[in-house]
Amino acid sequence: MDFISKNLPYLLAGISVGGQYALIAIGYTMVYGILRLINFAHGDIFMVAALVTVYSTTVMPLYLSIPLTLIVTVALGLLVERAAYKPLRSAPRMSVMISAIGVSYLLQNLALYVTGGLAQTYPSIPFISNTVQVGPATTKMVTLVTPILTIILVFALMQLINHTKIGMAMRAAANDFETSRLMGIKVDNVISVTFLIGSFLAAVGSLLYFTNYASVIPTSGAMPGLKAFVAAVFGGIGSIPGAVIGAFIIGICENIIKGLGWTTFSDAFTFALLIVILIFKPTGLFGEGATDKV
Amino acid sequence: MNKKRNTVIAALLLLAALALILILERILPPTHIALAVLKKGCIYSLVAVSMNLLNGFTGLFSLGQAGFMLIGAYTYAVLTIPAADRGSVYMYYGGGIIHFSVPVIVGLLAAGLLAALFAWLIGLPVLRLKSDYLAIATLGFAEIIRAFFQWDELGVITNGSNMLRKYPSFSTTLYPFIVSAVCIGIMVLIINSSYGRAFKAIRDDEIAAEAMGINLAKHKRMAFCISSFFAGIGGALLAMYQTSIQAATFRSSMTYEILLIVVIGGLGSVTGSCIASFLFIASSEWWLRFLDTEMTIGNFHVPLLRAGFRKVVFSVIIMAIVLFARNGIMGNREFSINGIFRFFKNPGKKKEVKQ
Repeated sequence: MDFISKNLPYLLAGISVGGQYALIAIGYTMVYGILRLINFAHGDIFMVAALVTVYSTTVMPLYLSIPLTLIVTVALGLLVERAAYKPLRSAPRMSVMISAIGVSYLLQNLALYVTGGLAQTYPSIPFISNTVQVGPATTKMVTLVTPILTIILVFALMQLINHTKIGMAMRAAANDFETSRLMGIKVDNVISVTFLIGSFLAAVGSLLYFTNYASVIPTSGAMPGLKAFVAAVFGGIGSIPGAVIGAFIIGICENIIKGLGWTTFSDAFTFALLIVILIFKPTGLFGEGATDKV
Repeated sequence: MNKKRNTVIAALLLLAALALILILERILPPTHIALAVLKKGCIYSLVAVSMNLLNGFTGLFSLGQAGFMLIGAYTYAVLTIPAADRGSVYMYYGGGIIHFSVPVIVGLLAAGLLAALFAWLIGLPVLRLKSDYLAIATLGFAEIIRAFFQWDELGVITNGSNMLRKYPSFSTTLYPFIVSAVCIGIMVLIINSSYGRAFKAIRDDEIAAEAMGINLAKHKRMAFCISSFFAGIGGALLAMYQTSIQAATFRSSMTYEILLIVVIGGLGSVTGSCIASFLFIASSEWWLRFLDTEMTIGNFHVPLLRAGFRKVVFSVIIMAIVLFARNGIMGNREFSINGIFRFFKNPGKKKEVKQ
């Protein structure tokens, strides 16, 4: 009993962070599935979403500011895709990745300019910021809301992918980009929808994630972004359930490590896990194997 | 004949650069920004060329450069802090456990060697991965290295998350210039050797290279270690330049900056990397600085100008280069004296430089 009451807060925090990572990881895994691109700017889009919330709540009520955040983030995601990735569609994969790193650099510097380098206090969102008592542990409502919301969103997304026309187009494009183009699928639209969904989920993730943290700085998207990417690789890149399970595992492990007093290594653990999985099962938990052709 | 002439001209150019630095040091006050830019430019050239050796010449897309620089910087600092000053530097760790210090040159070499050793160890598992998986794994290793150096238990050696300082540094710009020039020279010799040709073959087509009898694992590991060795020395120079270091500053954004320099200069061009380093440092620290201060022309208050705007403009320029001038300044060509001659002989024709 003592063990549980001591570790329950960390476990709860882990599940909550895991859900937030999952929402970001879906963006990575879907983009990678279709474009074979690690979208390094995704974490920064997540950070921009938080900044939009911060700034919009100062001039408008929350029920307007949250939809605005979602819309602006989605627009930004689409803009980045159109401006930075689309012109490089026929370029080598590394050029696109470098472009993504450039976008990340740009977004961070833009955020630095807008915020003036000061940490911005994140507004407290009613209901999900409330504290709640779970057994022996006190936590915020967001801890309970996150996993439920994550599961609902993932379920909706799976329905979209498995049972709609655009979902079928996405699966086709992920399977074989060139052939699906030949089959008359407008691949550019499919990619736009992918970025739309990814950015939308990142915005939802930012609402949940930053409720647990006091403030937003221009680099606060980088680490969650990388971890979410690791989660996507862990679960098998391209697979949505894989990304979600990977994210929960990483979130929980990370917080248990913090609970054991190894805070310095909580980030390092994630990357160690990545390297181990890449070496022993490069396709991840649920990934499909690919063979190199000469 | 031509070769002899080129060697002479190259030597003259180097001497001219040296003389220019000497003159600048005489006429400019020691705190002038131009000197700082030159020093940092030299260091970044070295690191950028070392990254280019891996990413541009061998085709291994690694993002671990900041980690190896961190190892180099810390090795140098830990080994060279004078014994008398250790008490004040390691004040939270009872003076640390190292009670000797080595000469600067030994410290520099040790920095490179330790970085190379780590690269060898990391390379064992990581170099089996391809393209973006390799990138993300090396990035991960750089983060793990950073966490280790901030670990409290290692504080007696690394001073935990506190600063390391009071180690010997340089005062003249000639120092980083000469060290970087020698290191870059060695890398050019490697690139032009049979090993370098093997690296390029691996970049162009791994399977064909293997079929031609190139030992992939061996050459990849070699490229990785060489690159890390020089990144380590670059890190040590950076430590000297900054006069104090902290592990927390060697973030992945540092790797991204170096990668962008390499891309701007041209993947696979040593001279491109050098030119781009100086341009990058000069514009980010000096030439664009006017964008950071508010300005009024007549009665017109120029909008947008305030602290941080420089970085925004700068990153927009970088994005433009990445998108529209994908080959960078030099592509995969090299700045060569023959090329200049040809350019002046046939000014009408487009410059074609062969290596």
